[in-house]
Amino acid sequence: MLSKRIIPCLDVRGGRLTKGIRFKENVDIGDPVEAAREYYEQGADEIVFYDITASSERRTIMLDIVKRVAETIFIPFSVGGGIGTVEEMRQVILAGAEKISVNTEAVKHPGIITEGARAFGSQCIALGMDVKKVTASRGIPSGYEMVIHGGRTRTGLDALRWAKEAERRGAGEICLNSIDADGTQDGYELDLTALISSHVGIPVIASGGAGRPEHLLDVLTRGQADAALIASMVHYRTYTIAQIKRFLHDRGVRTRMQW
Amino acid sequence: MIGIVDYRAGNLTSVARALDKLDQTCVITDDFRLLDNASHIIFPGVGAAGQAMANLRESGLNGHLKRWVQEGKPVLGICLGTQVIFERSEEDDTPCLGIVPGEVKRFPADLREGGQRLKIPHMGWNGVSFREHHPVFAGIPADAEFYFVHSYYPAPADAAWAAGWTDYGIRFCSAVARGNLVAVQFHPEKSGRPGLTLLANFCRWGGCDAQ
Repeated sequence: MLSKRIIPCLDVRGGRLTKGIRFKENVDIGDPVEAAREYYEQGADEIVFYDITASSERRTIMLDIVKRVAETIFIPFSVGGGIGTVEEMRQVILAGAEKISVNTEAVKHPGIITEGARAFGSQCIALGMDVKKVTASRGIPSGYEMVIHGGRTRTGLDALRWAKEAERRGAGEICLNSIDADGTQDGYELDLTALISSHVGIPVIASGGAGRPEHLLDVLTRGQADAALIASMVHYRTYTIAQIKRFLHDRGVRTRMQW
Repeated sequence: MIGIVDYRAGNLTSVARALDKLDQTCVITDDFRLLDNASHIIFPGVGAAGQAMANLRESGLNGHLKRWVQEGKPVLGICLGTQVIFERSEEDDTPCLGIVPGEVKRFPADLREGGQRLKIPHMGWNGVSFREHHPVFAGIPADAEFYFVHSYYPAPADAAWAAGWTDYGIRFCSAVARGNLVAVQFHPEKSGRPGLTLLANFCRWGGCDAQ
């Protein structure tokens, strides 16, 4: 039986982590490669990098990081942030990433999912979804709306409908982020996660709201998520990945305990 | 030197990076003469069986692969590389290399485990029950897990080829081994320490499955 995956998420800007990560006697580490190594050694099942830089030299810097990460850790990792063409995807994959995450770019040009899946296989294309809870309406029957540009722009697109379309277009998995829960550390949006996960046939990674191991337990059981994204709770060393996995394992959630 | 067979089936550099980490020299090439000189052959691959077989035939590497296995060179298949050494794949109904008797089947659509519908592809970390006493699987803890991503699985016609089993709604063969050939459905190059152990074992292996 598959293990539920625990996936730390690292935000990178200009080649550095946006928030220093406290490791080893609380020394701030801003190097994404070092952070990836730490999490690999702690038992992370996968790592997600989001490049939130918007400058032109971004690509070169990010490709260099991807290369160094690929030489350092031997688990899958994905890279997202402003990747909008097959050629850009190819560069990131050749540099060593397993998966490309597309978000705003896919909403604007859904064809990028189809083209990416055709060029590299569905397993390479992860759809990032930023979702906001709204009043259900005819245009948004699920009551969950897609937002883009990091949550700043509403799209009028129904999240459930978009998830299904992305699957049809060849997305291999969905990273589902609740804008409402993001940053609260009050727990994942369980209803949203269960809704999307039960209506698509591809794996769903829950994102946004993790603050305590109980939150992961909830989303991996009641929320029906296949994986859980975490950030602050490990970046600030409140918990290690190993502690979270032990907690889940002891409560009957299958996790990878040997690494 | 380890030869990695390049038949334009996905990104082969991650295998090379894992070998670098293990201080093994390797070459990624479609030139059979370079591969002839390699002590070991790794046959990886990601993608679809039909396209992979077309590329292998076009480059002539299909015949060389069979020859290397017959000649006794240690050969390691990974993922799609493992699937195309069988006789046939249900993916695009593709005739394959026929090195291992049996075929490659698609996971049934209504796969269930504990009442829950299972998703396809089988993607993520799962355990492998290895046949005991094979040098390539030595030193791997019993509860180790490996990284899988696939929608089709190997089904050897003769159980004697099966060297590892994995559960995903059904119990399928996730590793085969006989003589100088080992082939795995998972990705050892992306499976952390247990995967690196397997690759290191392979690079040290002389090609005989007896202890």
